Amino acid sequence: MTLPEPFAAWFAARGWTPRAHQLALVDKARDGRSVLLVAPTGAGKTLAGFLPTLVDLAAKAPAELDLTGLHTLYISPLKALAVDVARNLESPVAEMHLPVRIETRTGDTPAHKRTRQVARPPHVLMTTPEQLALLLAHKDAAKLFSGLKRVVLDELHALVTSKRGDLLALDLARLHRLAPGLAAVGLSATVREPDDLRRYLVPQTTPDGEATGAMADLVTVEGGARPRIGILEAARRLPLAGHTAMQSIPEIYAAVAAHRMTLVFVNTRMQAEFLFQELWRINEGGLAIALHHGSLDAGRRRKVEAAMVAGSLKAVVCTSTLDLGIDWGDVDLVVNVGAPKGASRLMQRIGRSNHRLDEPSRAMLVPANRFEIMECRAALDAVEEAAQDTPEPRKGALDVLAQHVLGMACADGFRPEDLYAEVTSATPYADLPRGHFDAVVDFVATGGYALKTYERFAKIRAGADGKLRPANPKVAQQYRMNVGTIVEATMLKVRLGRAPKPGRPAMGGRVLGEVEEYFAETMTPGDTFVFAGEVLRFEAISGNEVIATRTAPGTDPKIPSYAGGKFPLSTFLAARVRAMLADPDEWKRLPEEVSDWLGAQRRKSLLPGPSDLLVETFPRGGRHYLVAYPFEGRLAHQTLGMLLTRRLERARLRPLGFVCNDYGLAVWGLADLSAAAAQGRLSVPELFSEDMLGDDLEEWLAESALMKRTFRSCAVIAGLIERRFPGREKTGKQVTISTDLVYDVLRRHQPDHILLEAARQDAATGLLDLKRLAGMLARVRGRIVHEPLERVSPLAVSVLLEIGREAVYGEAAERIMEEAEAALMEEAAA
Amino acid sequence: MTIHAPDPATKAATLIVGSTTFVADAAGALWHEDDRILIVSDLHLEKGSAFARRGSLLPPFDSRETLARLAGLVARYAPRALVSLGDTLHDRDAMGRIAQEDAAALDATLSGVERIWITGNHDPEIPPGLGGAVAAEIAIGAVVFRHEPSASPDGLEVAGHLHPAAKVRMRGRAVRKRCFVSDGRRCVMPAFGAYAGGLNVLDAAFRPLFAGSFTARLLGAERVYAVDRRMLVAD
Repeated sequence: MTLPEPFAAWFAARGWTPRAHQLALVDKARDGRSVLLVAPTGAGKTLAGFLPTLVDLAAKAPAELDLTGLHTLYISPLKALAVDVARNLESPVAEMHLPVRIETRTGDTPAHKRTRQVARPPHVLMTTPEQLALLLAHKDAAKLFSGLKRVVLDELHALVTSKRGDLLALDLARLHRLAPGLAAVGLSATVREPDDLRRYLVPQTTPDGEATGAMADLVTVEGGARPRIGILEAARRLPLAGHTAMQSIPEIYAAVAAHRMTLVFVNTRMQAEFLFQELWRINEGGLAIALHHGSLDAGRRRKVEAAMVAGSLKAVVCTSTLDLGIDWGDVDLVVNVGAPKGASRLMQRIGRSNHRLDEPSRAMLVPANRFEIMECRAALDAVEEAAQDTPEPRKGALDVLAQHVLGMACADGFRPEDLYAEVTSATPYADLPRGHFDAVVDFVATGGYALKTYERFAKIRAGADGKLRPANPKVAQQYRMNVGTIVEATMLKVRLGRAPKPGRPAMGGRVLGEVEEYFAETMTPGDTFVFAGEVLRFEAISGNEVIATRTAPGTDPKIPSYAGGKFPLSTFLAARVRAMLADPDEWKRLPEEVSDWLGAQRRKSLLPGPSDLLVETFPRGGRHYLVAYPFEGRLAHQTLGMLLTRRLERARLRPLGFVCNDYGLAVWGLADLSAAAAQGRLSVPELFSEDMLGDDLEEWLAESALMKRTFRSCAVIAGLIERRFPGREKTGKQVTISTDLVYDVLRRHQPDHILLEAARQDAATGLLDLKRLAGMLARVRGRIVHEPLERVSPLAVSVLLEIGREAVYGEAAERIMEEAEAALMEEAAA
Repeated sequence: MTIHAPDPATKAATLIVGSTTFVADAAGALWHEDDRILIVSDLHLEKGSAFARRGSLLPPFDSRETLARLAGLVARYAPRALVSLGDTLHDRDAMGRIAQEDAAALDATLSGVERIWITGNHDPEIPPGLGGAVAAEIAIGAVVFRHEPSASPDGLEVAGHLHPAAKVRMRGRAVRKRCFVSDGRRCVMPAFGAYAGGLNVLDAAFRPLFAGSFTARLLGAERVYAVDRRMLVAD
């Protein structure tokens, strides 16, 4: 097929030929088909998404076009991407003289424009999932969207893995109801299971609730030039642990100098800070190296982005903030420092370089320790096989559903049976039991409590027509304030100041940026950390500020607790690393110090088979250690560590603490675990038995700070408590109700409440990674190899090195208070 | 002969104001053994429903939880009298909103117990339905019991109002708990209500009350922990 005029001429004038997938999408649009376009970066996905819209609108007579309302919605995960795409679309529209109105709608859009956009909508509206939710909760939503022809979902693979994907799925279900002929178009990078996304795009049930099993059509663009990726072989030996890649800084610097523009990806903000500082330390050529991460002030980030576009930077050290979407200038090299954590994530990052399909992307992987080089090797193999490890489809979150239910009440109300049918037509909620739905509606209305005392405070009520609507105008206002699924951790400002003296508060100087409250809590006065490009000394927390002072030049920062990486190692890569470990033939592909290390492990302890769990016990420095290597990622290991210490405590084996990384965990204590196992007082297989996910888990969840954080996030999203907005925080904790208190009370009095259910579902995949832990425990049943040793094994050294680097996450509040009390008594006795 | 080391738990639980000895209970109450008086402060009954009225539908079990804890204490100590140091009720019509069974539970818990309701800023008037006596302050021996700590006490005082909480940090982990704070002449009690928050004892509000050193007795799950001011950290 060919393109109609003026499109054919426009392509021809530029010496371009429309790509096959671009034509395919125009063709699908003529038949009103929904479609998933899977293409690598640089394939012209965005133009492909819009071409059908422009073709359709260009065919209309001017008078008809004038009467056409909202024709196409474009949804992007990033506000900046929506703005960027709108800008990119302007030139073809102007060059072809198409009288098409394209507008963006973000949180920054002024109120008068928002009002006008509803009254007289543009043909194409570019926005985000949150803004779409707000529009759908508008009283005139039905009118606004009734003529909608297309909805284009950009970076769909990234959106569907989070609660925002749940929100978008619910909104999409509503759009399909309001505009029955709607075609949904998903634009995605390569994924493991495209069919999951194809189902996501179209209703899974008819309005009568009958399952359709429908899928959007699939258009795939085969990858262009194969990426050229190398693993950096540092001149210096790889350390056993650590995440700083200190030994590779000169090589990274040399690579930056040898390319036009380099993106240096790291896994955490703190690693970004550290690397940025180290690169500048050796920056004798005065190269323009910038820093970009989420804690930096937005203005500073915008400046860096503009400088990238202008081509005035040599390198940007960044976190996942630059993973997605926007083409910031002419990047010709991507450096990934640390372990990639997932093959698909790595591909996405590599795709940031060379946004042209026919030229290879260039990338360099920089492992920071010996485990990481195995992970890099495994990821590289995966990339070469084009194997993907995108996560499994999500089960729709209940807190997001609660938010949506309130939104739908605000939009001219709903009948529960209709909304249930609509909600379950969205893939994440296809298996939602009616009981859960009703509990969510009940929660939104009156809190859903067994004690029915809030009927008179109901937020939504059924009218004469059976539709539930807001009980008062304040409810809709509350909804608008609360929309969205991203709950930011409480942030503390970092301010330069003097060390506090007794009786005098620290004096405040300049604000440098923000850190998460839980990070600040792990520090004690005197600790040094890197922030905003310098080494600071932690002095105190004062109100909502961290007071820090500058350190003498050359001070070594103590690398903070979460330097290990925000994303846990993917199950897929973990399996590959385990296989590599078990097969000495594979070691040839690794640097000599790594194969020597593995060889030593085989001689001194053993190397587990690919499906085995190795557990070592040994004494060291007056303490007894237990080290296990499940390779399930830091989050699952952290949960496992909590549960193991509880069990050891109950067995009176006196554990003192534990540390973990992505590969293993170490528990230490006062009792000789090898002897206990030999005498039958400790059964290692029983210690790791799946029943730890029963009572032990329940007991731990009652006090777990991570669980409380999970609950808080659910409570905010579900609208139980109001979001904290900057500048609107109340002062003094006695006037607000802490969600920890609410959690305790609810857990005791209504353990089956829907919000606790929501938090438990989150815990399965979120901070506690329970699902993965459960999978591991099942996998290793009957395959646990216990190796009592005389001394620490080569493999164990790398885990033990985390001690002092990782925060010891004991949750024994009683022990901590006991120590504080004892400290006083010692002093008194002295 | 066996030498007994002082039991830290007992030591932590003993709280002396002037020459009067109390037991600081880990549930957040003071026990005056000689007169068999149980003292609690800042119950804030029906705080949950007060929030619900303003659109935050918090779990309505806070009164139930608070009263269950109180019932536990009454069962353990079998007091002759109960002194509630003000802010028993979160607001004026708390007793109008409280679930019938919760109101009944309160009455049952305190049957046969002499009730003394000190008025607080949240409950300047106590509904007659609660029974017992109402007072702005009372004295037990030389110690005066009132809701708000006075700016310049000329004597010994036990008060509430401020909801003290203390935070200690050890080995990279912080623990923040409600606490009693006392310097031997004055004691500020922790809030007893399930939804009552806590104000860090290093906050400026405590500074005029405790000029010198003081001890915070943190409420643990197992017992009370006496921690010196120097070991405490701000929020």
